[in-house]
Amino acid sequence: MKKILNGLAAIGFLLAGTAGVAVAAEEANHAAEPTHFPIHKPKEMDWTFAGPFGTFDKGQLQRGLKVYKEVCSACHSMNLVAFRTLEDLGYSEAQVKAFAAEYEVQDGPNADGEMFTRKALPGDYFPSPFANSAAAAAANNGAAPPDFSLIAKARGVERGFPTFVFDIFTMYASNGPDYIHALLTGYDEQPPAGMEIAEGTHYNPYFVGGKSLAMAKPLSDGQVTYEDGSPETVEQYSRDVSAFLMWAAEPHLEARKQTGFAVMIFLVLFAGLVYATKRKVWANVAH
Amino acid sequence: MSGGHSTYSPKTGIGRWIDARMPLPRLVHDSFVSYPVPRNLNYAYTFGGILSIMLVAQILTGVVLAMHYANDTTLAFQSVEKIMRDVNSGWLLRYMHSNGASFFFIAVYIHIMRGLYYGSYKAPRELLWILGCIIYLLMMATGFMGYVLPWGQMSFWGATVITGFFTAIPLVGEWVQQLLLGGFAVDNPTLNRFFALHYLLPFMIAGVVVLHVWALHVTGQTNPTGIEVKSKTDTVAFTPYATIKDGFAMVVFLAVFAYFIFYIPNFLGHPDNYIEADSLKTPAHIVPEWYYLPFYAILRAITFNIGPIDSKLGGVLAMFGSIAVLFVVPWLDTSKVRSAVYRPWYKLFFWLFVINAIFLGWLGSRPAEGAYVIMSQLATLYYFAFFLVIMPVLGLIETPRRLPNSITEAVLEKNKSGSAHPAGATAAPETRG
Repeated sequence: MKKILNGLAAIGFLLAGTAGVAVAAEEANHAAEPTHFPIHKPKEMDWTFAGPFGTFDKGQLQRGLKVYKEVCSACHSMNLVAFRTLEDLGYSEAQVKAFAAEYEVQDGPNADGEMFTRKALPGDYFPSPFANSAAAAAANNGAAPPDFSLIAKARGVERGFPTFVFDIFTMYASNGPDYIHALLTGYDEQPPAGMEIAEGTHYNPYFVGGKSLAMAKPLSDGQVTYEDGSPETVEQYSRDVSAFLMWAAEPHLEARKQTGFAVMIFLVLFAGLVYATKRKVWANVAH
Repeated sequence: MSGGHSTYSPKTGIGRWIDARMPLPRLVHDSFVSYPVPRNLNYAYTFGGILSIMLVAQILTGVVLAMHYANDTTLAFQSVEKIMRDVNSGWLLRYMHSNGASFFFIAVYIHIMRGLYYGSYKAPRELLWILGCIIYLLMMATGFMGYVLPWGQMSFWGATVITGFFTAIPLVGEWVQQLLLGGFAVDNPTLNRFFALHYLLPFMIAGVVVLHVWALHVTGQTNPTGIEVKSKTDTVAFTPYATIKDGFAMVVFLAVFAYFIFYIPNFLGHPDNYIEADSLKTPAHIVPEWYYLPFYAILRAITFNIGPIDSKLGGVLAMFGSIAVLFVVPWLDTSKVRSAVYRPWYKLFFWLFVINAIFLGWLGSRPAEGAYVIMSQLATLYYFAFFLVIMPVLGLIETPRRLPNSITEAVLEKNKSGSAHPAGATAAPETRG
């Protein structure tokens, strides 16, 4: 056992050494022309859904939905999310029906062979703001805004060694929401002197794909009215919409963690029983 | 299956009736109940059993997932999300299957390392070892094709890069690549054939596993001393002794597996695979699944031409060579002593090999530039030197430690000298020799 531990320690030191060299080499490049992105790593936030017993804060999800609906949805589709699933946010069936009815979707063909638009039903999905991705790109400087259904799992800044090893034990799985929050709140930082920002793009040191992005700062204080008295600030909007997008990407997160707890309890107890049996079976056999 | 004398005696009339016609219960009894195993097997020897339950788990979850999956480029991504959102417990099945692939590989790597440490490949177990290598190759093919099915960005670009390797083969390369793709680029025909093969290969693995277990039951297991079984006192019956020990290891392994499924299900995946495949947008860094990273690092380490072989073909040859070399390990190792427990120098080089392999994996995840290239080249050099230089030379010049006369002697010696230590509390291989 001791030897195995020594071996593991040796592996650790060796890897740490090389990683150190690599990181030092990377940092030397940081100047007005960085080559590695994002320029700043996102700040780790406290999310209610993190950890083994994490659950969504329904009030927060409702606020996040409001931010999505009033701000983001002007450009970003969310076409894998059905209205019916909004009941997860604490809305009643009637409320979901009313919410869906605020949207128009295309249906058909009808008996005359004509396509028609009608009010959305709970079984429908969030309609896209653009007819197709070419139209989305044309309206947005050539870059189609990404769909938001899975964005909280489709983005994440690389954690690097050794952090990614610790992440196993801390159950860190909030790369996506941390990134979204950092990006949305990162527009106010000014680029360092000498850095050139391409025409039509906006500096954001948290953007994973470069030093600036096509999307302008989307949120400003007081833009969305909250009915529950939560602060109407960019910081709060960003948190709420990040949490909402995590729900949109992983709607069964709570069920997953709850099932997981029961499974882990069972496996640990079962392992104990099997181990006791194993000891009894082998008690009289030297091995 | 075992070559030895059968001890099965059916107690009931029906049992005798079946036994006289088709002695399947006898086969099961002889293979998994009375089958003798060395009494000194440690927990490193439990991974064969763990691998068999992982194979079964993958097939079961995979068959159900296939009922909901649509293998068409316009539907695949959405159908996977449908499984995640709308299918009852679909998220559980899908996370079990995707993390199951990773844990299958974790188990197989430990299993292979155990074989290398205790010299399990040496005569008369060469065929057993080679069958294992074939299973590993089939696993790699299955894993690769399975990763393409969700039709995310890494699925698409991983498939593009990996099938691109084949174009490096002179003369037939392009033809092979087009045969794999079913066209000139990764598209619907590629997805269709990968799905068909991804469904087929696990059953081929199961078939080779039967041969692997058959070969094992002919030669019998090795053990940490590397000394063959000589008398009845060297062994215990498979049931209950090995079954309960394997069972305990399986439950512990499943607990770690469950931890990943329920708490960090996307830890081993890549975020880009939650973006639908787009043939017009290349991801910044295309990386394969973690279990291929060491080989990916070897592929990219060859950045220079060697005579008529250009760097691209060189890289592909090095990558395939790094797996091909495993097949000839039984003939590369010249040592008369089987187990690393009695080979102080081999033990050192073995652990260096393990560290080096993990290091190669890390390098595979880095971009191929600057210092990483040189580190990859050095690590690749050690990888091949371990098999092609160290193994043959060390066997000739190393002075092994004194070997015990039998397994029983080794066990009794250890129990006498060692303080009364709890039975099997740890899995430290060398202290349990």
